[in-house]
Order: sequence, then C-alpha cells, then structure tokens
Amino acid sequence: MSNSEQTNNYRRKFLAQSAAVAGLAIAPGIILNQVAHTKADADKVTDATRWGMLIDTNKCNKGCTDCVTACKTENAWGMGETHSSKEQQAQWIRKVTITDKQTGHVQSLPLMCQHCETAPCVDVCPTGASMKRADGIVQVDKHICIGCRYCMMACPYKARSFVHEKIELQKPTAPRGIGTVESCNMCAHRVDKGENPACVEACSKAEHGAMIFGDLKDANSAISIELKKHGGEQIRADLGLNTGVRYQGL
Amino acid sequence: MKKAVFKQIDGNSINYWMLLALLGSFALAAVGAHFYMEHGGHYVTGMNNQIVWGLPHVFAVFLIVAASGALNVASISSVFNKTAYKPLAPLSTLVAIALLSGGLMVLVLDLGRPDRLIVAMTIYNFKSIFAWNMIFYNGFFLIVGVYAWTMLQRNLNQYSRIAGFTAFIWRLALTTGTGSIFGFLVARQAYDAAIMGPMFVVMSFSFGLAIFLLIVMATYKWTDRPLGDATFNRLKNLLGVFVAGVLYFVVAQHLTNLYATEHHGVEAFILRDGGIYTQLFWYGQIIMGGLIPLALIYHPTTGKSRTAISIASILIVLGGLIQMYVIIIGGQAYPLELFPGKEVSSSFFDGVVNSYSPTLAEALLGIGGFAVTLFMVAFAVKIMKFLPESLADEAVDPHHTK
Repeated sequence: MSNSEQTNNYRRKFLAQSAAVAGLAIAPGIILNQVAHTKADADKVTDATRWGMLIDTNKCNKGCTDCVTACKTENAWGMGETHSSKEQQAQWIRKVTITDKQTGHVQSLPLMCQHCETAPCVDVCPTGASMKRADGIVQVDKHICIGCRYCMMACPYKARSFVHEKIELQKPTAPRGIGTVESCNMCAHRVDKGENPACVEACSKAEHGAMIFGDLKDANSAISIELKKHGGEQIRADLGLNTGVRYQGL
Repeated sequence: MKKAVFKQIDGNSINYWMLLALLGSFALAAVGAHFYMEHGGHYVTGMNNQIVWGLPHVFAVFLIVAASGALNVASISSVFNKTAYKPLAPLSTLVAIALLSGGLMVLVLDLGRPDRLIVAMTIYNFKSIFAWNMIFYNGFFLIVGVYAWTMLQRNLNQYSRIAGFTAFIWRLALTTGTGSIFGFLVARQAYDAAIMGPMFVVMSFSFGLAIFLLIVMATYKWTDRPLGDATFNRLKNLLGVFVAGVLYFVVAQHLTNLYATEHHGVEAFILRDGGIYTQLFWYGQIIMGGLIPLALIYHPTTGKSRTAISIASILIVLGGLIQMYVIIIGGQAYPLELFPGKEVSSSFFDGVVNSYSPTLAEALLGIGGFAVTLFMVAFAVKIMKFLPESLADEAVDPHHTK
C-alpha cells in the first residue's frame, strides 16, 4: 500500500467514524423532537372548537362569590400580594352588581375576560404576548410579555391585571410573574384535560347552575342548545367583539 | 445670505460643567428610581390596575411628541426651502434625537419587564400601533441621524433636501402613530377618536418648538453669541400659530364629543365635574398653557421681550405636560362604561372615579427624561459643530426689515 493510499484509508475511516459519532449525537434529539411533536399533534388545539361560557344572571346568587373563590384557589391569586394596595392587587374574576338607574332593578354577575373573537388586547399587544388560542381562549404568554400594559388600556371589561410585586407559592398550572399582565384563561389547563373551568364547577357545586361551559361550535353542546333556545347577550355588544362569554337576563 | 459658520461651544466654564453635573445627577436619579421600581415591583408607584399608565407615561409621551416637533425648523428649511431657518437646522435635528432618547428612556424604564426589550425589538405584532411605533422611533433615529450628517458634512449637503423630506414624512407618521395609541382605544370613552392622531401632530409642533426656542435662547445667551431679532421673531411667531393650532384641535375634539350623548359623561367629567382634572384642564392646559402664552407672544410689548417669550415657552411646556396628564390620567380616571345606563359596583372599583397619587420615583423617572435630553444637547454642541457662530440679523438675513 502506497503512502497516499494509506492516508486516504485513514481519511475514509476518520470521516466514517466522525459521521457515526455525529449521527449518535443528533439521533436522540431527532427522536425526542419527533416524540414531542407527535404528542403535540395529538393534543393540538384547533379552531374546530370555540370554548365559551353562558352565565344566567337570574340564577346568579347576589351574595355568592364561590366562582371567585374557586378561581383564586385554582390559579393562586388573591393571596400573597402583601405589598400591593387594593387597587394594585390582581383580580381575574369579580362579582359585579348592576343597578338600573330607571327601574332600580338590581342584578349580580361574575365578570372576567370575555374571550373576544377579535380581542382588543390581542390587537394592541406589540409582541404578541397577548394571544388567542385557536379554540378561542385568550391569554397572556408571560414569557414574552414586556409589561407595557397597553392591553389593559385596550380591554373594555377591565379583565386584566398587572402583577405589582414578586409572587410566591404559585401553581405550576398558572404561572404568574412580576411585571407581567395576567387574566382569566378559562382554566385552559383544565379545559385541555376535558374538565370544566373552576368557576363553572364551583357554581354547579353550589347548586346555582348559573354558568354553563362548552363548545360554541358544537350544535349539540349544552351551551349551544341553551343559546339557541333562549339567546345570550354580550356585554358592550356595540363594540362588535363577538365575545365567548355570554349573559342571560341582562 | 452669508454661509453660516458652525462652531462648537467652548464649554470650559464652571457653569457649563455645573450644568452637566446637574443634568447628570437628575439622569442618575431617574436610573435610581427605575431600579427602585423594578427591584420590588410597581407596587411602590402610584400606578395600579385602574390607572395603569401614570406620570412616567405623561413625560414619555410628551417628550416623544416634542421630539417630532423639534424637527420643525429643519423641516421648514429643507422641505419648504426657507433659507432663514437653515443655520438652525442641524441643532433642530440634534434636539429632536435628544428628546426622543429622553422619552424612550422613560417609556422603557417604566416597563414591567424592561429586561425583555429585545423581545419588543425582535417580535412584532403588526396589528399593534405600539409595534409600528417601535419601527417609527427606531427609524426616526436613523433617518434624522442621516439627515443631520448630510447637513454637517459639506460634500453631502446635496442630499440634505431628500433626507429632510424623508424625515418630514417620517415625523408626521411618528406623531400620528403616537396619537393613535389613544385614538385606537375603542374601550375608553376619553379616547377612541380619529382626531387624536392629527391633534398630536399639532401638539408636537407647539411643544417641540417651545423647547427648541428655549434651548436656542439659553445657548446663545450663555455662550455670548448673537441671536438677532429676525430669527427670534420668526420662531416666536411660528410658536404662536402652533399654540393657537393646539387650542383649535382641543375645541374641535370637545365640541364633537359634546354633540354625542354617549360622550356626555366623560365630557362633563373633564370639563366640569372632574375635580383635579377639570382644574388642570382649564387653569393648566387652556389658560396657563394656551391663552397666556398666546397673549405674551402677540402683545406688542411682551412680544418683543426675550424674557416674556422665555416665560411663554416655559408655560407652553408646562401646559403641554398638563395636557398629557389630563389625556392620559384623566382618561383612565373616568370609569369604563360597562353597562350604559346602569350603576355598577364591584370589588375591582367598577363604576367609580379612579384615584391616582404619583410618587417621587415616578416624577424622578419622568424628569430624568428631560435631563437626559438636555445633557445630550449640551454635550453634543461642545463636541460637534451644531451651532452657527452668529444668528445676528445680518448673518442670517441681511434684507430683513424690522
């Protein structure tokens, strides 16, 4: 074997071994990536569904705040913000009392993110942190929220809160971050598992049954049937936002 | 007209270094205020979930708007080819860049997560006017920077007209975009009006020129350079027109709103029942920031007095800040109309007028924006040839008749 042939042989071997090492190094990544993608594809959120909520204000008990308490427990807010003033503390859902100026008729209802189809908060967000999932759930990606609060200026329902201090004791399913904005996300982590949002569950546990959760695109869902039968209004319908949360008895 | 001779200021006096030290310490105080606010969170400020934008935004928006207006003089010289304004055109670009820097500093340092600025610079939601504005602001630095360069470097002078024209279009877009931050807010009664865009353009003319005129008067006085009546009168008369323009837009805005019943609530709040906001509107914005400066500018006696015009300019700046306060804070203080025709109450302050007490940290951050602006101008005129040696009448316009 001449010297040059020997060198070529070495080169071939070296290249082959390098390729094998590189292949071994990359392979697990590729496999894991495939696994991750396959899983994501199976659970993919699609626009075949639009999650919505229907609230019957006539069934909503004036003194009851079970939905608010359930939301606090589920998403770990309303506690721990010891430095913030009442005006600064976050509220994802609140009970609102409305009184008709003419008739004096009093109503009570829970108010939270209305999960608009064309959400002003999503429109104005410079980074896209305020986003809408394909299934209609509006939420904040806290990893890219820069805390500019323009979404809070834009929301007609005052559904959003800014976190004014460091938050301890968070839930893994509801991360909260200082300097970012947050709001009701219809308990997306529960919905993805096929469960109802915490507020809806609490309302039925209290046997008020004022809240129905379901797929607005499924004609056979309880919410669609009820909406078709008795209708449901949007708050600030004049804005044309096509909210995912509807009310009866307004 | 003789070719203007541009020369750096000496900047050797104790007073000059004292000025830099003073401005520098205000800038440092702003940085300190920022760390104080970011360390524990925004709970140390007066801002909350009802008044989400506070004093820092008042200063930031004012400075950003004024930045565009400071470019007036350069625009008039390059776009409308008025040679009398040419000697001050480079300074005009400098003040514009410095004001935008100061304003953006305040805006960025007030973010909940300023460490994520890179996200805002790299991920854009093009439906957001905020995202457009980031492009407008960054583009402004670039375009006005190039424009200044074409004016300062003699062999590039031939390009200054096209650069000036580009800057002119860009600044109009920028101010319209800034006004549209409010104009595009459908949710709030005080905003959601197309007039916000053009109104901010005219506000920029007025605030920017007032600051520019103050800088020119101070610089020429402190450096013992001549500032002739020809230049001075032109600038102050122009300022008067802009102040009147702002008043016109304010009248148009409120009259339009007063006609529509749905806006009666918010109009009554700002114009009559809003307490501090009503007082700020009438005494601060309209009388102090509009009518008194107009009288000072056009009165035959005070109109000739440099002191009176300085006072008028300061009042315009203060009135402008107050106008921003009424727009930004007053607009948020008025409750959202969730259920028209109904009284609303909740644990989240629905249906009540929201209160806001700004803290020292917010004020220091805002004032720091001014300090950074003035520091940049004071430093740049020492190291670069921005200022003509003389603005005496015979140097600027020998045919000017008094």
